[in-house]
Formats: sequence, structure tokens, C-alpha cells
Amino acid sequence: MTAPAGTPPPKFADAARAALADTQLRRNLHNATATIRERRAAAAGELPDWEELRAAGAAIKDRTLLNLDRYLEELERAVTDAGGTVHWAATAAEANRIVTRLVRATGQREVVKVKSMVTQEIGLNEALAAAGITARETDLAELIVQLGDDRPSHILVPAIHRNRAQIRELFLRAMPGAPADLTDEPAALAAAARAYLRERFLAAEVAVSGANFMVAETGTMVVLESEGNGRMCLTLPETLITVAGIEKVVPTWEDLEVFLQLLPRSSTGERMNPYTSTWTGVTPGDGPREFHLVLLDNGRTKALADEVGRAALRCIRCSACLNVCPVYERTGGHAYGSVYPGPIGAILTPQLRGVKAAQPASLPFASTLCGACTDLCPVKIDIPEILVHLRGEVVEARRHRPVPTPELALMRTAAWTMADPRRYEAALRRGTRWARLLSRGGRIRRLPGPLGKWSDARDLPAPPAQSFRAWWREREGGR
Amino acid sequence: MRVELFVACFNDAMFPGTGRAVVRLLERLGHQVVFPAGQTCCGQMHWNTGYRQEAAELARAFTGVFGGAGAVVTPSASCATTVREAYPRIARAAGDPGLARAAEGLAVYELTEFLVDVLGVTDVGAYFPHRVTYHPTCHSMRMLGVGDRPLRLLRAVRGLDLVALPAAGECCGFGGTFAVKNSDVSVAMVADKVRHIRDTAADVVCAVDNSCLSHIGGALSRLRSGVRVMHLAEILAATEAAKEGTP
Repeated sequence: MTAPAGTPPPKFADAARAALADTQLRRNLHNATATIRERRAAAAGELPDWEELRAAGAAIKDRTLLNLDRYLEELERAVTDAGGTVHWAATAAEANRIVTRLVRATGQREVVKVKSMVTQEIGLNEALAAAGITARETDLAELIVQLGDDRPSHILVPAIHRNRAQIRELFLRAMPGAPADLTDEPAALAAAARAYLRERFLAAEVAVSGANFMVAETGTMVVLESEGNGRMCLTLPETLITVAGIEKVVPTWEDLEVFLQLLPRSSTGERMNPYTSTWTGVTPGDGPREFHLVLLDNGRTKALADEVGRAALRCIRCSACLNVCPVYERTGGHAYGSVYPGPIGAILTPQLRGVKAAQPASLPFASTLCGACTDLCPVKIDIPEILVHLRGEVVEARRHRPVPTPELALMRTAAWTMADPRRYEAALRRGTRWARLLSRGGRIRRLPGPLGKWSDARDLPAPPAQSFRAWWREREGGR
Repeated sequence: MRVELFVACFNDAMFPGTGRAVVRLLERLGHQVVFPAGQTCCGQMHWNTGYRQEAAELARAFTGVFGGAGAVVTPSASCATTVREAYPRIARAAGDPGLARAAEGLAVYELTEFLVDVLGVTDVGAYFPHRVTYHPTCHSMRMLGVGDRPLRLLRAVRGLDLVALPAAGECCGFGGTFAVKNSDVSVAMVADKVRHIRDTAADVVCAVDNSCLSHIGGALSRLRSGVRVMHLAEILAATEAAKEGTP
């Protein structure tokens, strides 16, 4: 599934076609998403104030985003006062340069990593590798992805595309020290990974993490994880470097409380998150002696300037939208060509990367607009609204090309025809005659041009000879 | 009561029987139906595919035809959603406050909303002796929130054997231009919808959007399944006397 380095990922429809044909992938995805969906529904359903929590989550995020400059400066002061150092990175490349420089300064050639989406967004592991530094993923699923030289396909469960039989084979092949009699029992797989990781934790001098939340009032970083491996990374090394998107800031601990309820119930379907780590700067004699925070923009301020699109920045990366999405369930995450797959990826990636290139421009169209995601988003992002908005951005970006796209020509003609009842009726008559010529036995089995994609798998009924308006006119004439 | 019918362009051309059924049903219930001849298309396809200017042109034409009308009824949940939810957004994107005001003045109802909420009826005196399952389309269920109104109407139909559709709330995969732009995923989705429909052993699958039904029905027809798709209006219009709409 891994594309060679340097090749741009294919457009969604093409990548999806390949994924749909992968029987094992379809089975793994269906089983995994169905299980998480049920768990989430139960965990959200048992809280009487769930809807109020969602509304609060959305309101806190909106208020923070509208005053982002103030909260970020407050955060910077608090982190600095607590003995940390804050770095600002406008782009992925700048963030990678900062982290590389910080690791080099320690003299170390290896870092352990806490599961983090943002470091994947910026391609940190690859940048470190280019500088001769090895990044070791310690989250079990991220380890599986890394060992397989693979890409994550889900925000929360990055190896959702693999089942335990496939993971056993991978461990035997690629994980040093894996026992030869390894079975595919989850406990056996976890034990093998634990033995392997333990050595990495004890040897680690530098750790890199992301952050689920950053509390501005105290300068505190917050990471939620399920395994405890993240906490190993956050406490054992001498140097800790945290990379976080600027939208991860929340003003106060009181605000954080809302998200500590919303996130676990929405993502894993748990009432309470198993390992919630918080740290504030450095504490002499306890944990890392050096703490750096890299605050990343990488397209976020551009998204913030978009009145419709900015709601995507509310996202707390719970991935409930992925698990409920009928498109994601069938294609998996790789088809989206981004570390952010599924509905949230379809609205986030085009905003972070822009819609000029064909691949990100294909993502807003990777949805039926069914709205299942928005029904349960814990911060109430209206994903279909943003999808339609971004489709508009894609169309506008292409509207003024010297040679119009065939779709633009078609859509303009259709609108011109429909805008006038006489033109509309003439086209209706022509279309009906033409379609009836194509039909046999009341159905059309093959359509020409781009509509052939419809008739590849679906019939179309032949339109009746008499349209509704013709019938109405005849009836009124007879009265 | 005087009711203006917006039949929707897709129904006008492809499913005129649905429009006739709405007329027959509302007249049977004692109401006067008017069909404004200037109507064409609400602009849904253009808006949902990203063609803002073109959608605005069509929205202006629509408000020109139906502005000032009393109740407008349409047998298309997705078109009703477009007028109610998208028109204010279309007006904002076009920087056209006049269109926003005109859209605000419209009273467009999806058929089952109109029957249950405005007319206050669930038993419309229909007779339809067949095994039927109901697919709640995404626009009707999630955007309009029609809830169980279609089911209440169906339960009151004499002779009708209503069977629940498994995984009913999952999208059928139509999605307008999605059905062509992402036809592989679209077909993968309808394959599961068809499986669930066949599991019910129903003769007829009905819904309140012919667009989704043409997708589901297109797959059922390609498989020669013998299962027929019908708009809910055609079931509600059927009586022992009137044979049109019988499968």
C-alpha cells in the first residue's frame, strides 16, 4: 500500500478503486469500525448531558479560535515561566528544522516518539532520518505501521487495515527479538511488542510528542493515550520536544474538563481515558530536564481566515467521523492520501495543502454528504457544509482556466438551460426522445460519455414519453 | 387549502408518476393543487458540486416562481433541504441579500412533513396490498428530520405489510454527482443496501427521494431482482379503485 517516496498520491477515486478490491482490507475495516461505532454509541448514550457537552465543546473551541493570538501568547508566557522554551514554526519544513537542531544539540542519534498526528503531518520521521537520526514509534499501532514501512490509515487506530494474523507475520519478519513461537493472540502480540519497546524506553535520552490539548493559563501540555507507552516517553528521557498545531490551545483547566469527557467517549468509547499525562515546563529532579514546545501553523491561519472552513480547526482528532463514514468504511484511510483520512481529512487536508493540486482537490468530493459524521461529531463540525464549501473553492480555482474543464462547460450549459422554463422544456423533450432511443424493455443499460460510470453497474429507467408538465397541461386543457 | 406543487426537475422528466400521485393524493384529501409552469430546477446539483454562481442563478429563478406563494409541497426531501438549508448559504456565497430575503419568505415542505404537520393526517385512505420496506434517505432523515412521519403514513395504509430494513440509516451511496465521480465507492455502498433490502424479502422499497431510489433501483434492476422501487407518494395515492402505481 505504500507509495514510493516522492510520488504524489493518486486522486481519491483511483486510490479508492484499488482499496475496494482488497478483500482482507474490507473485512478488517468493517469489523473494526463496526465494533468502535457500537462502543461509542453506548458511551455517548449513557450521559444525560451529552448534547450540552457537545455544544460546550464547540463553543469553547470557537471562542478560543476567535482569540487565538491572545491565548497563544498567554501559553508562551506560561511555558517560558515554567522553564520551557517555545519555538514558532510557520511551515512543516521550519518545524522539522527546529526539531532536528534540538535533537542534534543533545548529541543523540535516536529519539522515542509518543503517538502524534502532527509529526506525521509534517513528515518529521523522514526529516530526522535524512539528518541521520532514528525516530522510534512506541505506540503499538504506530510501531506496527513503522515496522511494516507502511502508512497509518486511521487517526486513532493507525493499523486498522491490518488484522492480528497479518501483525504476527510482520512481527516475525521485522521486529528484532520476536519469539519464534509467536501466536496471533492479542496478549502474545502485545507481550512481544512490550519486550521490544522496554529496551527502547530505557535507552532513550530524547522524546518527541504531540499534544491533544495545551492549557494556556498554566502552560500545561496534555496527552491522552491508552497504553502507557506515551507516559514512558514523557517521563524517562532527559529532553522532551513537543510539536503541536496552534489550534490545540484551550484557555483553562475548566475548559479542558469538557474535552476530557468528550474525547474518550467519542474515540475509543471509554468513559475515562486510561493514561492522561500532563506536564508543565520542567521540574527539577523529576522527568525531563529540558522541555521545548514547537508551535506549528502549516496552513492553520489560512484555514482560520475562512469563515466557513475554520470550523474544521475545532477538531479534537477523536475519529468518530471515520468510524461512522460509509465511504471510509469501504476504502480505508490510505485512499485519502493524507495522515488525516475520512470526513475530517476531506475537509482538513484541502485547507492545509490548498486545492490547486489534483489530489487534495479530489478530497471534498469523496463524500455522499450523508451527514452521519456531523450527527455525532463531539465539537459539532458541520462537515457536509464545509465539504460543499470546499467543492466551491475547487470549482472557483479552475473556473478561469484558459480552456474550461468539460464539467464546467456541462454545468454552465445545464444552468443556462434550467434558468428558463422554455429552454428547459425544449431540452426535456430532446433528452426524453434521446434517452428513449437508448432504452430497451423500459430500461437503459448503457449510457454514453461520463454517464457510462453510472451504467457500468446500474440500469436507468427509460423516461416516460409524457413528462409531468405535459400531463398537467393536458389535464388543465381538458377542464 | 391551496397548495403549490414543486415537482422537481428529475421527477418531471424521469418519474412523472410521482408528481401525478402527489396531485391525486392531495386532491383526494380535499385540497387544490396548483403547478406553477415557470418552475424548473432548485439548483441542488450545482450547489452540491461546487458551482456557486450557477446555483445562485437557479435559486433566483426558483424564488421568482414560488416567492409569495403559500405552502409549496415537493416530493423530494433533498430539494426541500436545498431550498431551506442551502439557499441562505447560496445567497451568502453570492453576496446577494435580496436572494437571502426571498429564500426566507418561502414555505417549502417535503410531502410527508406537509401531510403530517400541516394537514395533520397520517391515514390518507390508501390501499396497497404488498410487502414494503422503507429506506430513510439521508436528506430526509438527517437534514430535514422527518423522523418517523413516513413510517406513520405507511403503517396506516391498508393491506400493506411493512418490514423493517436492516441498517436502514446507512447512506445508499447515491450522493448526486458522487454516483459518477466516485462510482466505485458508490456501487460498493449500494451493494450493501441491496443486500439488506433483499434480506427483508420485500416486493417494494420506498423512500421520499426518487434520486436515491433511481440509484438503488438501478442496481436492483441490473440484478434482475424483481424488487421494485417506488416513491412513498405513489403508495399513498394508491386505492382499491385507482390502479396506477401498483407494481
